[in-house]
Amino acid sequence: MKVLRQLLDAAEPHFTHDGKLKPLYPIYELIDTFLYTPADVTKNASHVRDGIDLKRLMITVAVGLTPCIFMAMWNTGYQANLAMAHLGMESADGWRGVIIDIFGIGYDPTSLLANLVHGALFFVPVFLVCNMVGGFWEALFAMIRGHEVNEGFLVTGILFPLTLPPTIPLWQVAIGISFGVVIGKEIFGGTGKNFLNPALTARAFLYFAYPAQISGDKVWIAVDGYSKATPLGQVPADGMEALTGSMTKMQAFLGTIPGSMGETSVLACLIGAVILIGSGIGSWRIMLSMTIATVVLGALLHMVDSTTNSMFAMDPVWHLLLGGYAFGCVFMATDPVSASFTNLGKWLFGGLIGVMTILIRVVNPAFPEGVMLAILFGNTFAPVFDYLVVQANVRRRALRTAV
Amino acid sequence: MEAYLSLFVKAVFVENIALAFFLGMCTFLAVSKRIPTAFGLGIAVIVVTGITVPLNNLVYRHLLREEALASIGLGGVDLTFVGLISYIGVIAASVQILEMFLDKYVPSLYNALGIFLPLITVNCAILGGSLFMVERDYGFGESVVFALGSGLGWALAIVALAGIREKMRYSDVPHGLRGLGITFMTVGLMAMAFMAFSGIQL
Repeated sequence: MKVLRQLLDAAEPHFTHDGKLKPLYPIYELIDTFLYTPADVTKNASHVRDGIDLKRLMITVAVGLTPCIFMAMWNTGYQANLAMAHLGMESADGWRGVIIDIFGIGYDPTSLLANLVHGALFFVPVFLVCNMVGGFWEALFAMIRGHEVNEGFLVTGILFPLTLPPTIPLWQVAIGISFGVVIGKEIFGGTGKNFLNPALTARAFLYFAYPAQISGDKVWIAVDGYSKATPLGQVPADGMEALTGSMTKMQAFLGTIPGSMGETSVLACLIGAVILIGSGIGSWRIMLSMTIATVVLGALLHMVDSTTNSMFAMDPVWHLLLGGYAFGCVFMATDPVSASFTNLGKWLFGGLIGVMTILIRVVNPAFPEGVMLAILFGNTFAPVFDYLVVQANVRRRALRTAV
Repeated sequence: MEAYLSLFVKAVFVENIALAFFLGMCTFLAVSKRIPTAFGLGIAVIVVTGITVPLNNLVYRHLLREEALASIGLGGVDLTFVGLISYIGVIAASVQILEMFLDKYVPSLYNALGIFLPLITVNCAILGGSLFMVERDYGFGESVVFALGSGLGWALAIVALAGIREKMRYSDVPHGLRGLGITFMTVGLMAMAFMAFSGIQL
């Protein structure tokens, strides 16, 4: 370890002051602070002494995401292996089949290792492309604009691949993350200064730009020639019986159903939620109010029971279990930058997202899944909620002090 | 009643006049720096569309439309070619009258609206509302509901934009994009979020 520190210290003069590599300082800073705790302390008055900084905050989110990453790899492989067994295929096509054959891992859907490896061969390339392309933009802006490469990107770079289907072409991943990082975040000045969640901006961009691959009418299983409707797309077309016939609530809870890579498992998201709430990083207010709003409105629509729209027949528990609901609720809506800041504002913000999710899913036939757009819509109104809460407080205090 | 309700929801959200049709952009971009002013302008737009679209509806159906003048012996007269100028005339006149009325009887509201009242005479969202009304052939009742809905949708959008722009005072936007540039991009991103409603059939 000492050697590494000496190496970094020896390299430092090249990047600071008049060194030849000065434009690359953000890269040096990135590597240095990733490996070691910075020694900088506040020099002037007004200290806030708290062990938490942006870096630790973001890394805690990354830790909270690990169950989802694990489930993403396992479930992608599991679904693919199941489909292959169903179709009677002996070996996967392309380079993935070659790699699996070299190591002799096989395609048994009951084997943990076979599922993990097969899934990782889909998840890791998407993850790498996302981080390389996004990291490139992040570093480029950091160098030109003279800010530091921010840990915020670490989280965006994990969140975004988890919202993607395993079959997505890698060039689309690159375009999506470029849009998310540059338009969604960097043009506003980087982490903490944007108003939309960058990962969701990227996802929504892909959603509207390449609906054929990503819109969610077709389920994404990583095997050629195997497709059916997603659970949320199935209900409007074939009614609730088609859904309850193809999966149980337990399966949807554990996440052994097809879908985007990281979003299927409610259990993994709940573990993440415990980590985020326990460490005080994710707002329980947003998660709770969003869930309450969804359950209440879902139950109301469930009672109405329309004859023409079979989405009305879906009970609120299914709404919570299916699609990206848990993932969006735990990791996306609680993004501290794009959510409301005030406590009451957080309740309103979460409530708006919950209501919008149900409205888009049930009333809007154009989109089977609504969480992503609902959160973006909530982000748009988050500053107004803060404003209203602050103004109400100002008025109340003015009244109290008026003589 | 249900038809009116769905028309209202459609006008506010699904066919939001600012974020789905991009009408009234000049004031939308220029007067959205602070929430209170944006709110005042939003109210002014609701009031003015609420008055002018039904008025134009009457003008269209009883004066301009083909055969509208048949009852006074002018059969076969089609005045729709003077539609545009009539609608603008009605809007300008009603804004003037409203302004004088407010100045005389409700000075507090007049002061609150200030410059925005004359300004929105030339707001394309207002004229757009009238033209949509003609194109979709709304009846009088429908035109009232549609006018209030589209005005409310525009007000909602400008308040949201003002909220974001107030928050963006802490942002560090690159020099070339400061001002209008970043506002255009913000509106684009907002429109993406509003696409949540596109496709709702009411």
